[in-house]
Amino acid sequence: MTATTSRPVGKRLTLGSFLGSGFLWLYALIAIAPLVLMVLNSFRTMPEMAKSPLGLPLEPSLTSYQKAWITADFQTYFFNSIFVTVASVLLSTAVSLLAAYAFARTKSRIFTLLEGTFLSGLMLPVYLAILPLFFLLDSLGMVSNLWSLILVYAALGIPFSTFVLTGFFRQLPIELDEAAKLDGAGSFTTFLRVHLPLVRPAIATVIVFRFVPVWNDFFYPLILIRDQKAYTLPVGITRFFGEYQTDWATLFAGLTLATIPLVVLFLLATKQIVSGLTAGMSK
Amino acid sequence: MPVTKTRRSRHTGITLSRRAGMVFVLPALILFVIFILYPLVTALSYSLFDWTGIVRGDFSVLDNYVTIFTQLPYKDAIPNAFVHNILLFVGAMVFQNTIGLGLAVLLHRVRRFKRFFQTVYTLPYLVSPLVVGYLWSLMLSPLFGPVNAILKGVGLDALAQPWLGNPTTAIWVVVFVTAWQWVGFPVLLYGAALGGIPDEIDEAASLDGASSWQRFRDITGPLLLPAIGTVSVLTFIGAMEAFAIPYALGGSAGNPAGATDVLSLLFYRTAFESGSSNAIGTSSAIATLLFLFIFGVALLMTWLMRRAERRLY
Repeated sequence: MTATTSRPVGKRLTLGSFLGSGFLWLYALIAIAPLVLMVLNSFRTMPEMAKSPLGLPLEPSLTSYQKAWITADFQTYFFNSIFVTVASVLLSTAVSLLAAYAFARTKSRIFTLLEGTFLSGLMLPVYLAILPLFFLLDSLGMVSNLWSLILVYAALGIPFSTFVLTGFFRQLPIELDEAAKLDGAGSFTTFLRVHLPLVRPAIATVIVFRFVPVWNDFFYPLILIRDQKAYTLPVGITRFFGEYQTDWATLFAGLTLATIPLVVLFLLATKQIVSGLTAGMSK
Repeated sequence: MPVTKTRRSRHTGITLSRRAGMVFVLPALILFVIFILYPLVTALSYSLFDWTGIVRGDFSVLDNYVTIFTQLPYKDAIPNAFVHNILLFVGAMVFQNTIGLGLAVLLHRVRRFKRFFQTVYTLPYLVSPLVVGYLWSLMLSPLFGPVNAILKGVGLDALAQPWLGNPTTAIWVVVFVTAWQWVGFPVLLYGAALGGIPDEIDEAASLDGASSWQRFRDITGPLLLPAIGTVSVLTFIGAMEAFAIPYALGGSAGNPAGATDVLSLLFYRTAFESGSSNAIGTSSAIATLLFLFIFGVALLMTWLMRRAERRLY
């Protein structure tokens, strides 16, 4: 009895809780094992893998990374992806901030209508309109140009970004605007100097949340990018998988390279990701 | 004038004039109209014309829609792909609401390693679907694939097989890999919903003698319903839009022999790989129907969910 008094009632170690934590660990293994194998095998060589598919990289080799990065041109794909993702997320966030501020600080039917139109983009499968988009960009001579991806992704980010940011701007008290106005600030100065610093957490959420789908997107570059020099990572990977079919170590290295920025982002912004994924539940 | 303005803004929250507001909205509006609204409206109109290559011909009313339901390969390929999309939806729903829900409930009770588990379960959700698909294709490879190696290692040699080469197992691989990637999201969402239920309710029911299964069925379950509804709608949209995972596992043709084909792949092939002279017309008809189906069902599900919630509370 004395031994258990320190534990709150109902938190005793029962068979049920033992099985429960066993299940948590087992699923953790199922979720992480393929990713761990991907990283481990990227440091091994093909003969090692053929001998034992599940071994540890006892003599870690970086040859496969060198091959993927230089010979298979991952450096080009990687920097294209970085450029497209960063530029489109920044552009999308900037225009969404301006629009969200207007939605939160006006009351007129036209703005309600516009806000609703933007919001509908959250549920519409807009990727199905790829043909007219392709012809439009083609007529502008922008097919295979990274800016076509940047502009499309920036537009695709508007529904989610304005939705999150408008909610934040609405929470800021109107007295802030009045005080700024009394100090002689115009509406743009008020937005820039007073509101923007206050919605910084929301900006972080929006940036993190748009980064992931843009970085991972495969559909748009598959159709809009026809020149190998302008491939982003996902399209680059499909080509690479055709060419290096039998060179597993290099394939694993390529997959790992495409995943690293996301893991770095996740570790830097776990809080934003966990709270952002569950944001819809706080209503 | 300044007096009335202050009074108005205090009551309605207005600080921007209509003109200033328009200036703020304009950059986003321009991007949205050019790259989203215009293509959407135009895509719909494409399906109503007869095309020769990229030259638009006569207005053909619903001819393209008749074609995709009466002519080969479309009349066989569409139902085939549609069934696979539905399997993806049902498979992911079952996976998320058994294993996913179970993990969320267990995770709600533990204190130690909670963040660790959350992180590990969410990681696959963040990785590119294309990378996930290719990674699993290597894992399941009949030659050096670790999955078959493990099966042989534990004496289940009979189960080891070319998972993606066999038409009956291939679609289940796509279903499993999709569910595996998505499960982290419901775990987090259900976890947040469980966190929102006050402990007192559970304790009170416990004092009244309710067993833990009764408490789950009558208290926790119904309170989780909004979260389950949200997950269902998003899973439906995701399953109907599936593209990258099936592409990585079965190529754009949905190999072997269309066993992993889905509607988005069919649309892509029809539009860009078919070589048919009316590719634009037929693919736009497929796109329009898929568009209306996804949007319509998503709206219907949201409406049903709201109604169910209103009945319950």
